[in-house]
Amino acid sequence: MLQPIHLAHTPADLTLYVAVYREVENASSLKQQLLAGNTEFEYAFIDASMILSTKQALAAVFRAINDYLNHRLKSRNIHSEIVFCLSPNNNIGEAFRRFGVSDATKDLLVIKVATTPDVTLESVGRHLSTHVQGQESPFDDATFRATADLDRIRKVYKISSLAPKATGRKPSTTSNGIPNGENMDATKNLEVQILGLMALRGAT
Amino acid sequence: MISTTSIPQREAQPFLPYPFTETQPPPHLVTQGAEALLYRTHFLTPSTAAALKARPSKPYRHPTLDARLTKQRVLAEARVLVKLSALASDPDNEVKVPAVFNLEWDAARKINGLTEDQRGARRTTAAGAWLLMEWIEGKSVKDLLREWDSWFMATGSTASPEEVQAQVEAVKRLLRRIGRAVGALHSKGGVVHGDLTTSNIMVRPATNSSTSNGSAAPTIDENAQADDMPARPPNFEGEIVLIDFGLATQSVQDEDRAVDLYVLERAFGSTHPRQEGQFDAEVLQSQEGYRGSYKGANVVLKRLEEVRLRGRKKSMIG
Repeated sequence: MLQPIHLAHTPADLTLYVAVYREVENASSLKQQLLAGNTEFEYAFIDASMILSTKQALAAVFRAINDYLNHRLKSRNIHSEIVFCLSPNNNIGEAFRRFGVSDATKDLLVIKVATTPDVTLESVGRHLSTHVQGQESPFDDATFRATADLDRIRKVYKISSLAPKATGRKPSTTSNGIPNGENMDATKNLEVQILGLMALRGAT
Repeated sequence: MISTTSIPQREAQPFLPYPFTETQPPPHLVTQGAEALLYRTHFLTPSTAAALKARPSKPYRHPTLDARLTKQRVLAEARVLVKLSALASDPDNEVKVPAVFNLEWDAARKINGLTEDQRGARRTTAAGAWLLMEWIEGKSVKDLLREWDSWFMATGSTASPEEVQAQVEAVKRLLRRIGRAVGALHSKGGVVHGDLTTSNIMVRPATNSSTSNGSAAPTIDENAQADDMPARPPNFEGEIVLIDFGLATQSVQDEDRAVDLYVLERAFGSTHPRQEGQFDAEVLQSQEGYRGSYKGANVVLKRLEEVRLRGRKKSMIG
């Protein structure tokens, strides 16, 4: 289920192709292609367990595109930059180890930015379906709710969890007026923090 | 001919950094301050409303100094917002701030060492920085209190004393919640806002579609309506959200906290003369307001009395 997306504020001809595969069997061979620098495999291969929501993934793409348009990529190409933009720190190798495809990857998020006109929905779809062995899933928050490894995400972004504290309390309304303690709220808060940390990466 | 017509146009055009110049529909200029322009736009998809705070470079400053100052300020604001958003995972959290979506601290920076020519025409939109944040729906406390005033003027004499009393109580409740929110900002956040005014305090209605749905249009309609009919008192329900951390600093000093309160007190007094008398009792002294919001509040309020006598500046330099 390869899906074209256009991000707000980016040039109209810069289309994004996104697909999610679950139960991927050949993660290690995909990783080998990346390490070998095979230009046929210019994709951002992201371990979907590190992705909390579509917004997190797309925010990383947005930053990568912005840096690409300003000619200041820090890594090899826009696709590796997407993986790097997910990271909260400036270590590129560490970003690939944590967010990129690894031998243990089961669920895979694939992002392709059409930087040249010959990249089309058909060409990307054909190439991916022959080379990625896994079940296609929709690119939406429901998929990432199933694949996300919240503990690991919190650890990598160094976000302390206050959730256990919340379970002991009655689901009261704070004096600020809105009901708290919803699970959705916790995910939302985590997402907000992650977006902030991603945006601040590299600032000194 | 061309140059004479194009120059005034360019000056009239407010600063909008790339890539937002490409955006459809174009960002809508909401307000402009001395340092930054605030646009309403969206993030990733048109359904996520966002605020774009663009800081143009100042032509009268030396370029190096200008880049450094602009960068420091946009980063300081973003860091404070991210720090405060980390508090949101605490269920007792009372200080809400806009989420940081993305930022650019120096639009002119380049990594790959390209020449000016290679960087293309885009570079003509000078340096500067921008911060893309969550758009906060709702109204500012300033607007709400102004609406309350016009309701009071229009119907205060005809409404029953009980009704007026109930509305006065509603204002007092709002003021106490402001005091609590500022207290939480100071104590849990370790941040002083630096520019607390009633227009920098928002009341976000607790709608169930508050986060993702593009509820932009109805709010604007509501605003327009509210101006026309003050017959109904404003609704103060919702959560308090503090905005505009452009002058915020990370500090836990009693002095800084007291000055923060002093700035709010002075701003409040001059913007809302009708409610000025309630400020001290409700915002500051109430147990449900600032005084009761954290342990060290008493010391800060003590210090505030000193600040009132001498003014905002402690050292008499600058």
